[in-house]
Amino acid sequence: MSETQYLAAKTIDEAVTAHSKANGSARFLAGGTDLLVQIKSGIKKPKLVIDIKKIVELNTIKEVSDNEFVVGASVSGANLNRNNKFTKLWPGVIEAFRLIGSEQIQGRASLGGNLCNGSPAGDSVPALIAAGCIAIIAGPDGKKEIPIENFHKGPGKTVLENGEMLVSLKFPKREINSSDAYLRMTPRTEMDIAVVGCGVNITLENNVCTAARVSLGAVAPTPLLIKDASDIMIGTDLNSDILDKVANLCIKACNPINDKRGTIDYRTKVAGVLLKRSVLIAIDRIKGN
Amino acid sequence: MSKIQVSTNINNESVEYLCEPHDTMLNVLRNQLDLTGSKESCGSGDCGSCSIILDGELVCSCLMLAAEAEGSKLETIEGMSEGGKLHALQQKFLEKAALQCGICTPGFLMASKALLDHNPTPTETEVRFWLAGNLCRCTGYDKIVKAVLEVADDMKESA
Ligand SMILES: Cc1cc2nc3c(=O)[nH]c(=O)nc-3n(C[C@H](O)[C@H](O)[C@H](O)COP(=O)(O)OP(=O)(O)OC[C@H]3O[C@@H](n4cnc5c(N)ncnc54)[C@H](O)[C@@H]3O)c2cc1C
Ligand code: FES
Ligand code: FES
Repeated sequence: MSETQYLAAKTIDEAVTAHSKANGSARFLAGGTDLLVQIKSGIKKPKLVIDIKKIVELNTIKEVSDNEFVVGASVSGANLNRNNKFTKLWPGVIEAFRLIGSEQIQGRASLGGNLCNGSPAGDSVPALIAAGCIAIIAGPDGKKEIPIENFHKGPGKTVLENGEMLVSLKFPKREINSSDAYLRMTPRTEMDIAVVGCGVNITLENNVCTAARVSLGAVAPTPLLIKDASDIMIGTDLNSDILDKVANLCIKACNPINDKRGTIDYRTKVAGVLLKRSVLIAIDRIKGN
Repeated sequence: MSKIQVSTNINNESVEYLCEPHDTMLNVLRNQLDLTGSKESCGSGDCGSCSIILDGELVCSCLMLAAEAEGSKLETIEGMSEGGKLHALQQKFLEKAALQCGICTPGFLMASKALLDHNPTPTETEVRFWLAGNLCRCTGYDKIVKAVLEVADDMKESA
């Protein structure tokens, strides 16, 4: 990478302009835990690396109104984990984010990097989709907003066009009696890539489910929002018959790869199991158990 | 290709250096600043032997560009002892034989220091999780974990 240049952008405009001028040969640098590994191994050879961590908005956690958070794209896992209110409102997002790497990796890795890297197995992504999170994107033509479930286009591919940068992640205002959970299955317990990741986010009123979102990672070319599975949960008490049905819809939505980490049969079956377990965890969290 | 000039603070001293845009922090520490305590073992964020503390956060210096250190505050293993007196963690690692070949040791010490800075009273589970990003091929970890827990205990008693 001898021809690489480095720019520490101070504003969103500066970053976006530099990226768009480079015509596809620039890369944004957040924590670098994906990008620097890819550069070192020669998989990526950007001519310009634009460091975005010094842009205030990208590195800020903001509670814009009571229980409503906007998290900057480059905020690290260690930093977000120190925000007691956020971790209380979104335990599923935090547990997904905190699964990424060791403490050293957590000191740098960001939600934005996990999302923009475009891996179908990025651990935070199903949790963000389940949360109903919105990506705020800045580009040469101004800002736009995209729900996370529409952010990925395929392995390594996202909706971001030349010059476009993820600025922050907007979480919906947290309703009371709601919680979320994320579980992943890996062949090893740590430092491994998910063969299935499952995020759920539910609201219960008097034991009846009034809102639900289910998302799966690593079982298709992109992380998925399982809309029909989410919908049949609403209006029910989430008893085991309903959860069997939801699990079956999850299994149907899977279109995984077959590899040494997990066969198609295995990944598909595990998706159903993780769904049930994560719903039970979210219910426990709502009930304060 | 023009070099980048960086002003930073390492172990409470102002430091300036010139680096290539692609130089890692680890590379500059070891090969330019003669701070060879941080080790490069994997170079890919997996082993923790290059651990340093960057603005209070534990990071792998092999996965950081030297240019990123502009205006930051870095702590490396070289700054751990004070005036020739070993840090309590260093002393305890020696007493408990929590090292053998020593390649992983600077990384373990920096990670343990960052842990106690953030959480002075960790449980054994917390210590094991926190140190999961540091690999040792010699000791089997038990002695390291015990050394960290004993230092935390000593700190509690003297507090
Ligand atoms: C040892 C190790 C263990 C890991 N374990 C896991 C794991 O368990 N689960 C997991 O999911 N991942 C894991 N990862 C991968 C990685 O740590 C995560 O994907 C992390 O969230 C990436 O964040 P980052 O800030 O470091 O991204 P970077 O490396 O800085 O960026 C990643 C990509 O996104 C682009 N990008 C970053 N921010 C933006 C933005 N704001 N706008 C537009 N583009 C942007 C970059 O150009 C780059 O292409 C691991 C990595 C390592 C080294
Ligand atoms: S050398 Fe940096 S983590 Fe192994
Ligand atoms: S003492 Fe040899 S690798 Fe840890």
